[in-house]
Amino acid sequence: MNLSRRDFMAMMGIAGATGFLSPSAIASSWGSGKDPYEIPEYGNVTLLHITDTHAQLLPVWWREPGTNIGTREQKEWGVTPHMVGDKKLEYYGIKAGTPEGYALSCMDFDTLAHKYGKIGGYAHIATLVKRYREQVGKKAILLDGGDAWQGSATSLWTKAEDMVGAQNLLKEDYFVGHWEFTYGADRVEYLLKHKLKAKFLSQNVFTIPWDEPVFDPYDIREVSGRKVAIIGQSFPFTPIANPAYFVPKWSFGIHPGHMQKMVDECRQKHKADIVVVLSHNGADVDKKMASQVNGIDIILGGHTHEIMGPRPVKINNTLIINTSTNGKFLARFDLDVGKGKLNGWRFNYLPIISNMIPEDHEMADYITKVRAPYAKKLAEPLAVTESLLYRRDNFNGTFDQILCDALREEMDCEAAFSPGFRWGYCKLPGETITMEDVMGQTAITYPQVTVTEYTGAELKNVMEQVADNLFNPNPYYIQGGDMIRVGNIQYTMNPGETIDKRITDLRVGGKMVQANKRYKVAGWGAMQKVEGTPVWDIFAKWLRSKKTVSANPRDLPVLTKNMTGNPGIAFPKEYDL
Amino acid sequence: MEQMKRRKFLGVSAVGMAAVAGSGVLVPAIANAANVAGWPAAAFDAKKLDEAMKDSIDATSVKTSAKVRLTAPTIAENGAAVPVTVDVDHPMTADDYIESVYLYVDHNPTPLASAFHFTPDSGHAYFQERIKMAKTDMVRAVARTNKGVMMSSKPQEIKVTIGGCGG
Repeated sequence: MNLSRRDFMAMMGIAGATGFLSPSAIASSWGSGKDPYEIPEYGNVTLLHITDTHAQLLPVWWREPGTNIGTREQKEWGVTPHMVGDKKLEYYGIKAGTPEGYALSCMDFDTLAHKYGKIGGYAHIATLVKRYREQVGKKAILLDGGDAWQGSATSLWTKAEDMVGAQNLLKEDYFVGHWEFTYGADRVEYLLKHKLKAKFLSQNVFTIPWDEPVFDPYDIREVSGRKVAIIGQSFPFTPIANPAYFVPKWSFGIHPGHMQKMVDECRQKHKADIVVVLSHNGADVDKKMASQVNGIDIILGGHTHEIMGPRPVKINNTLIINTSTNGKFLARFDLDVGKGKLNGWRFNYLPIISNMIPEDHEMADYITKVRAPYAKKLAEPLAVTESLLYRRDNFNGTFDQILCDALREEMDCEAAFSPGFRWGYCKLPGETITMEDVMGQTAITYPQVTVTEYTGAELKNVMEQVADNLFNPNPYYIQGGDMIRVGNIQYTMNPGETIDKRITDLRVGGKMVQANKRYKVAGWGAMQKVEGTPVWDIFAKWLRSKKTVSANPRDLPVLTKNMTGNPGIAFPKEYDL
Repeated sequence: MEQMKRRKFLGVSAVGMAAVAGSGVLVPAIANAANVAGWPAAAFDAKKLDEAMKDSIDATSVKTSAKVRLTAPTIAENGAAVPVTVDVDHPMTADDYIESVYLYVDHNPTPLASAFHFTPDSGHAYFQERIKMAKTDMVRAVARTNKGVMMSSKPQEIKVTIGGCGG
């Protein structure tokens, strides 16, 4: 049954390729001519950007969120990237059901996935990168926006060395970090110094307490006789969103003032003709930073896994993009750099639809080799899913729902919490969940499952704190994760409120939470060092015992009526709107 | 006279060090400091912002000025040691200079976190310190010139949060 389904999917993927080359696709926003990946040469500098691949060497399913409400005060809500589904397609003028529509929207995901196939994969990315390098020669710079080292079993088990190998084969030029730091400062320094060929840049990482820079803040590269400055910006909230004990002597932060200093230094001291920031701030933080710092031409953004192409956002004189996740997109800027200024640009936001791009053999062989020692373990079938499983969404993704169900049942708890991570790929209905898929949702360096007895007041506080990291109207308080995932916890959410007032009608198992009563809650991903069984073992055990799973019912909050019509919500009925 | 000496000492130390201790480290020092003539014990012991401001600058509200620049993280990496930088854009000449800069954390158990005193010889009213914060709170700096003119930084919220769940 499953096998024939897979065969069918593969066939339909090829059929999709025919549709992809149809005239309507040609007229679309990305590429032109018969081959949608063919881009005419322009200018004297070409930037190629990938980000947040989360260690997915192979193609995966990736559904855009159905809910991405965003962070601004209400009158500003619905501003890109905080629009989803048809609203996103309308904004970019893209037709539903086309390959680009499949890549940009969550609508009809299951159907379109069967039609067009998986996205990403380093062998497919490599083919495009090599092709563009051949086309433009030395004009090309390949920049990786971070979160390349985490998200898969093999990256965890090789302590990111599998990914460094892939990055080197891609011949990446620059790199910044976030999850990379969860391997610990020593491992990061070792890999950057001895293994990775790309240059790691960060203007916003300093030693504690002396505030000395840990990494080179920028690099100046001469391309076509012009000076291109690349400034690195690692994830500003690394020791807050992830355990600080991994980097006890490094301090992060946004540091817009220091960024301005670096920009000025690049322009005045080094006579840079153009300034590019490779950023892991997240889309909202990038937009605010661009409104405060003068002199940045382009911000290549990541972290929040947003679709912020096919048109860049312009704030003052800065062009900002965000290049999705899991290898779903390759962004290409072709620039006409003049003396001290950007004369013109062309932008292409290229979905890596794996059926439409042949594998690069060198990379494919490397991936097979690096996975071989683990292949058997990874392939273990655990259960079949009846539901579409995904994580990325402002509230409980379906994959998180079954993870929370597993945690509650295996740990004998009345409720469960799971972090609002934005990585973790999808499984289609009817597919078998393997050990590899479980690791694809859980592969972190602090995986221990804990059972905590929270009072009702503490339970609410945890949820309020996380909600404020997501919905604070000031982007500089946004850490870039989604709402904490809950199991058997029901609540009403008003994203427009302030901290401590967003959550009302909080219930566990349908009963109103009492401030002083204690609740036994299972969770994972603790900020302190804790003992416990790795979450993947618990999840896998539960899946084996179930054989068939579905994400029903879901513990989604009720959203308050002020969210009615919000362009960041594709399926309002899910939230009683 | 004793007070002047202390002020001079603090003024020099404030510019001489890249990082100086904030309220967290100053707490044990207060007991000893009570023996130092001129130590503003009342201001440092005050439990409410209004009292702390009154005791230190004899005012409870001060007009904000863009000249007093307070730089701090929006979210603390460690509430026990939050880096704060204050930089006052003001002349430091013999007849017009920044004499003192006070830093307050609105709801800390003792809101006055530090007081730095400068002389024209300091050259620049600038310091960086690490302060301890009990919870998410507003932080503000007030500068006073030798003529008694006062100006405040824009208050800045520093979040002390549980973290986790990032991207």
